[in-house]
Amino acid sequence: MSEAPLRRFEDFEVGEEIDLGHRTVDHDEIVRFAAKWDPQPMHLDEAAGRASLGGGLIASGWHTAALFMRMACDTVLLRSASLGSPGIERLVWKAPLRPGDTLSARMRITDARASASRPDLGFLGCDVVMTNQRGEVVVTMTTTLMMGRGRTA
Amino acid sequence: MKHLEDFHPGDTVDLGAWTFTADEIVDFARDFDPQAFHLDEAAGKASLFGGLAASGWHVASAWMRLWVDHQSREIAEALARGEEPPAAGPSPGFDDMRWTKPVLADDTITYRTTVIGGRASKSRPGWGILDSLNEGFDATGRRVFHFTGHVFMPTRPEG
Repeated sequence: MSEAPLRRFEDFEVGEEIDLGHRTVDHDEIVRFAAKWDPQPMHLDEAAGRASLGGGLIASGWHTAALFMRMACDTVLLRSASLGSPGIERLVWKAPLRPGDTLSARMRITDARASASRPDLGFLGCDVVMTNQRGEVVVTMTTTLMMGRGRTA
Repeated sequence: MKHLEDFHPGDTVDLGAWTFTADEIVDFARDFDPQAFHLDEAAGKASLFGGLAASGWHVASAWMRLWVDHQSREIAEALARGEEPPAAGPSPGFDDMRWTKPVLADDTITYRTTVIGGRASKSRPGWGILDSLNEGFDATGRRVFHFTGHVFMPTRPEG
């Protein structure tokens, strides 16, 4: 393989802002995700959505979260020494995601700490914000990434 | 019809189980989390997970599916009794989601939800927020996944 070296723990800086790009979401993918994972009427059917608090067909919140993951993979994680994540400290669904919306996502590194027990592992604290094409905040999230650390790998 | 006041701390619901086949793990990962340890058995074996591991979002999504199926059963039972079915609202978010053990191909995870408490909503009259601990356990009973969820629930009308 002749690719650029993977970004490792040491290559991320506290305070760094990472652009995770954009993603437009269509009606069919919203319904397809919901049919499998969150088959509630407001995620499956326009009329049911209009009758709900969402005021129209809206994506499952888990779909929006999964789209963050895909955007992070495509822009950062697949070119990093990502080792997964221990979890999410907090996720807030602030506004619904609707068919035709374009999500933008940004991630800020808030903390970097080496693992005390594993010399080849570090933890990156991240604040994530996803917005729609009107600039409204759709999701905020505080999470931790595990990254390969050191130059030996 | 269930209102916020009908839920009590410690109330537990068994949501059932989900088996994570290799095919489903790879399908989910291709769409949403295409990291090698979620796509390929050998890469998974070489990773911290020790095998082809489900995306954490896949583990969370299976919880959601089982929760919706549980809600659907409650609605059907209420209708059968001639009652107006319960109508939970949306979720404002969650806290403290932890993937404490990897979920590997062919693992079956059993999910459970436990009421923590409830409070009136400051922003939505007639609604409250129900807080719950949601957990997944593997076949040996070890907890592999948990989070604290929040969902809007109607409060009981006065009078």
